[in-house]
Amino acid sequence: MAAKTIPGQTAEIAGPKKAFVIPKPEVAAAMIKRAKRALLVVGSDAINSKTRDGDLVDSAIRLGRMGNMTVVATGHLVGEFRRRGDEDARTMPLMNLGDRLRDPGWGGFDGGGPYDLALFVGLPYYMEWLVLSGLKSFAPELRTVSLERAYQPNASWTLGNTAQEEWEEIIDRIASILEGK
Amino acid sequence: MSKRDLRLKIDELSSSLGTFKGLEIEVGRIFEEDWEEPVGPTPFPSVGTLRSWDLKLLGKYRPFYMPFCDLCCLCTFGKCDLTGDKRGACGITMAGQQSRIVLIACCIGASTHAAHARHMLDHLIEEYGRDVPLDVALNTNVEAPNIRLVCGIRPKTLRDLEDALDYVETQLVQLVAATHTGQEGDNLDFESKAFHAGMLDHVAMEVADIAQIAALGMPKGVPDAPVTQLGFGSIDTSKTVIMCIGHNVLPSVDIIDYLMDHDLFGEVEVGGLCCTAHDNSRYDRRAKIIGPISWQLRFIRSGIPDVIVVDEQCLRTDVLLEAEGIGVPVVATSEKSCLGLVDRTGDDPDVIVGDLVEGRVPGVLIVDPRKVGEVVVKTALKVGPRRAGFKAMTREMVAEMAKKCRSCMECVRACPNNLPVMDAVHAAAQGDFEPLAELYHRCVGCGRCESACPVDFPIITFINKGAEEAIMDEKFPIRVGRGAIQDVEIREVGRAIVFGEIPGVVALVGCANYPAGGSDVARIAEEFLRRRFIVVTTGCSAMDIAMTRDEDGLNLYEKYSGNFDAGGLVNIGSCVSNAHITGAAIKIANIFAKRPLRANYEEIADYIHNRVGAVGVAWGAMSQKAASIAAGCWRLGIPVVVGPHGSKYRRMLLGRKEREEDWKVYDARTGDEVYVGPAPEHLFYAAETAEEAMVMIAKLSMRPNDTSKGRAVKLSHYIDLHQRHYGCMPDDLHLYVRREADVPFTMRDEIMEALGRAGWAEERIAMPDPTMLDRLVRGRG
Repeated sequence: MAAKTIPGQTAEIAGPKKAFVIPKPEVAAAMIKRAKRALLVVGSDAINSKTRDGDLVDSAIRLGRMGNMTVVATGHLVGEFRRRGDEDARTMPLMNLGDRLRDPGWGGFDGGGPYDLALFVGLPYYMEWLVLSGLKSFAPELRTVSLERAYQPNASWTLGNTAQEEWEEIIDRIASILEGK
Repeated sequence: MSKRDLRLKIDELSSSLGTFKGLEIEVGRIFEEDWEEPVGPTPFPSVGTLRSWDLKLLGKYRPFYMPFCDLCCLCTFGKCDLTGDKRGACGITMAGQQSRIVLIACCIGASTHAAHARHMLDHLIEEYGRDVPLDVALNTNVEAPNIRLVCGIRPKTLRDLEDALDYVETQLVQLVAATHTGQEGDNLDFESKAFHAGMLDHVAMEVADIAQIAALGMPKGVPDAPVTQLGFGSIDTSKTVIMCIGHNVLPSVDIIDYLMDHDLFGEVEVGGLCCTAHDNSRYDRRAKIIGPISWQLRFIRSGIPDVIVVDEQCLRTDVLLEAEGIGVPVVATSEKSCLGLVDRTGDDPDVIVGDLVEGRVPGVLIVDPRKVGEVVVKTALKVGPRRAGFKAMTREMVAEMAKKCRSCMECVRACPNNLPVMDAVHAAAQGDFEPLAELYHRCVGCGRCESACPVDFPIITFINKGAEEAIMDEKFPIRVGRGAIQDVEIREVGRAIVFGEIPGVVALVGCANYPAGGSDVARIAEEFLRRRFIVVTTGCSAMDIAMTRDEDGLNLYEKYSGNFDAGGLVNIGSCVSNAHITGAAIKIANIFAKRPLRANYEEIADYIHNRVGAVGVAWGAMSQKAASIAAGCWRLGIPVVVGPHGSKYRRMLLGRKEREEDWKVYDARTGDEVYVGPAPEHLFYAAETAEEAMVMIAKLSMRPNDTSKGRAVKLSHYIDLHQRHYGCMPDDLHLYVRREADVPFTMRDEIMEALGRAGWAEERIAMPDPTMLDRLVRGRG
C-alpha cells in the first residue's frame, strides 16, 4: 500500500498533528471490529467513485452491513441508498453531522450514545479536510478514519495517496475481512 | 441628517445664574429635528452596543469551527500550535483564534466596501457637489434603510452620507484593534464583533450604491430596467475593445463619457468583468457584461481586449503579466491596486498614450478618474488596429504541446474541484478537444493548474481552445441592475411575505467559486422562481443566472419579470447593491409592519428573524467581502447558505433542531416563553450539493410567525424538494407542523402518517407573536 503523506489537494498541508497512514486493509478492518459504535459517513461523490461492488454506494451498503455500522449519507445521497433497496442508511448534512460528532452529549442516530469511530468516504476533499480538522480539535474522544483515495491529514488514520485500482482492492479487502473471508 | 462635532466656546457669559468664564461646550452629534421619528435606542452603535442581541443569536446558532490552520502565526511568540485544547503564548484557544480570523476576514470585507464607498463619495462630491439629492428609487421615501436603522440619520444629500461613512471607518478601526495580540479572547465576543463588521459593511455598501445611483443617474429601482448583453459573443470584435475589470465604476464612467462626447461608440466596445461590468451597464446599457470574476484569465487569453483597465477588488494580481502575454497595455486606476506601475496622473494624456502605444511602458497608474477616459480611449484606438494580426494559440499548437504532458497529476491536485484536467490534456494530444470543452463549463478559472504544471502548460488557454465554438456563441440578455426595491413594492408584498403566503425571498449573491459551474445558480434560481418565491440577485451570480437557456432558447431574465413579487427575478446590481437586499428586509419591518426604524436595530432584526422568510445564498462565495456581507445578514437574523467551498470560511453557525430549549421566544402578547420549533434552523451553513442547498433553502424560509396557510405553502415546497432529491419524506416534519391546519392539503395523509410515527401532538409548537426581546412584550400573563 502506498504511504505517501502529501495531501490529496495542493496546499492542504497538515498542522502539527497529522494523520497516521493505514498500512494495510486489515488495520482498518480491525479498527471497525474493535469499535463500540462506528459510523460510516458517505458523501455525495460516492456515486462517481467506481469500486468492485459497483460504486461507493454499493460498497458502503456492504461495509455497513458487515461492519455493523450505522451508515449516514450526506448531501442528497440518501436517495441512492433507497433506490438500491437500503432503507437503513441515515441522512444528515455534513455540517450538521460534524457539529453533532463534536458533541459528547449527542446520542447518535439511535440514541445509543456517542460514536467512538467515524469513517469518511466519498466527500469533496476540502470539505472532508475541514470537518476532520474540526473534529481533530473539538472531538478528542472520537477516532476518525478517512477511506478516500487521497491522504487526509486531519483524520486520526487515513489511507495514503493510492491508485484507483489499488484503492478498489483495499475497499474490497476491508469489506471481505468484515465478512469473515 | 445630523450635525457633527459642534463646539461652542464662550470667553465670558453673564446670566442670572452668574458669570461664566472660559465656557466651552462640545456636542458630539446633533440629530436632525425635522424628522418626526424619535431617535431609537442604538444610534451609531459602538462595538459592544448590540452585543446582547448577538449573544442571543449565538446562543441559538452556535459556532462550529473547522480550523483551516492549526497554528497562530500573528506574533513573534509563535508559531503556536492550537490543536485540541492547547493555548497559544498569549492564551488564545483554537476557538478564539478561528473566530478571530473570521473577524479579520469580515473587517477586510467591510473595509474594502467602505474604502470603495469613500472613493466614490469623495469623487462624486468633488464632481457634483455635496448637495446632490439622494433620489434613489421611484415611489420611495425610505432611501437608505441601513443608514437610518444603524446610524439613526436620514440622509438627504451626498453630504449626509459622509456622517455614515465616518462612523463606519471609526468603528472598523476599533474592530481591527480587537484582533491584536492580547485583546479579545472569547470566541463569542469575536463573533459578535464579526457581526458588527457585517452590519457596518451594509452601511458602507449602501453609501456607495445610493451615491452612484443619485449622482450618476443609474436605474432607480425600476422593475423593467434596460436590457444589455452578456458573454464573449456579445463583444463586437470588429471594434476596438476596452476591458474594464473590478468593482469601482468611476474610471469606466469617464471612459463611457469620453466615448459619448466624441461619438465613438461605433468604433469602440466597452466590456466589463465582475461588478464594474454591472455598474457600467447601469450607467449606459451599451456597455457589455463579459462575465463573472472567474473569466479574467479566459477573456484576456482570448486576445480580444485591446486595453485592460483595472479599478479595484477581486482583480488578478498578475494581470500585468497576462496583458503582456497578448501585447496590450494596462491602466491601473486605484491607489489600492498600483501593480507596481508608475503614477502618471499628472502627465499629459497624449504623452501617456504615446508611451503605452509604443510599448515603452507595460502600463500606467492614473488615479484621477477624469483623466482615464481620454487616455484609455485614445490608446485603444491606436493599439487596436496594430493588434489586428494577433494570433491566439491554435488547436494544432495545443495538441502538439499536450504531447509533452508528464502525467504527474499536479494539475488535478491543484484544481479546487479536482477536475480531470490531465485526462483532458491527454485527449487533446490525440486531437480530441471535447474533454477540454467540457471542463470549460465547470472550471472556476483560477489558473492553479497552470501554476502547478511542471512544464508550464497554459491550461486555461487549452480549455479556451477546446470550447472556442461555444465561447463565441455566448450571448445572453440580462436586465441591468435596478438598485433598490421601491417602498410601494414593499407595501404590496410585505403582508404576503410576513404571513408566509409568498414562501420566501431567495437572494442569490456573490462570487463564482462554484463546485460544478455556474449553471447550478441558474438551476437554483429557476427552482424557486417556479415555486413563486421572490428571487433577487447581484454580482457574479446575477451574471451566471443569465447563462443558461431552456429548450426554447430563453434564459431566466427573458422568462421571469423584474418585479419584486412572487416569481420575480430581480437583478439588483453589483456587490455594493447587496445593501438593497437587507434594505428590503428592513423596509418590510418598517413600511409594512410600521416598526420604528430610526436607530432601532434590535427590534428590526428581531422582526426580520422571526417573520421575514429571507434566505441568502452565496453558492460560489470566495472573498472576504462575501464574508462580511453574510455577517451583515446574520446580525439581522437572516440565514445564509453557501456552496461547499464556503466551508473554507472555517466556521458555521448551526442550530440544533432537537434541543427544544434553544427554540423558545416570548409571546409579545403575554410574555410567556414558548417553543416555536427550529425556524430558521441555521444562520450559516455550507451545503455539499446544489440539491441539498435547495432543500435547505426551502426549509430555512420558515419563520415562527408564519400563518397556517403560509406554513402549509412553505412545508409543501420543503417536502416536495426533499422527496424529489432525497427520495423520501423529511424526518423532522414534527418540528415544523404546529397544528393540522399547517399540513399541506395535497400531502395530508402521508404527512399525518409521518407525524403519527414521530409522536407529534397538536399545538405543542406555539404560534405566538414572536420576539426574542423581553422589552417588546406588551402584556404579562
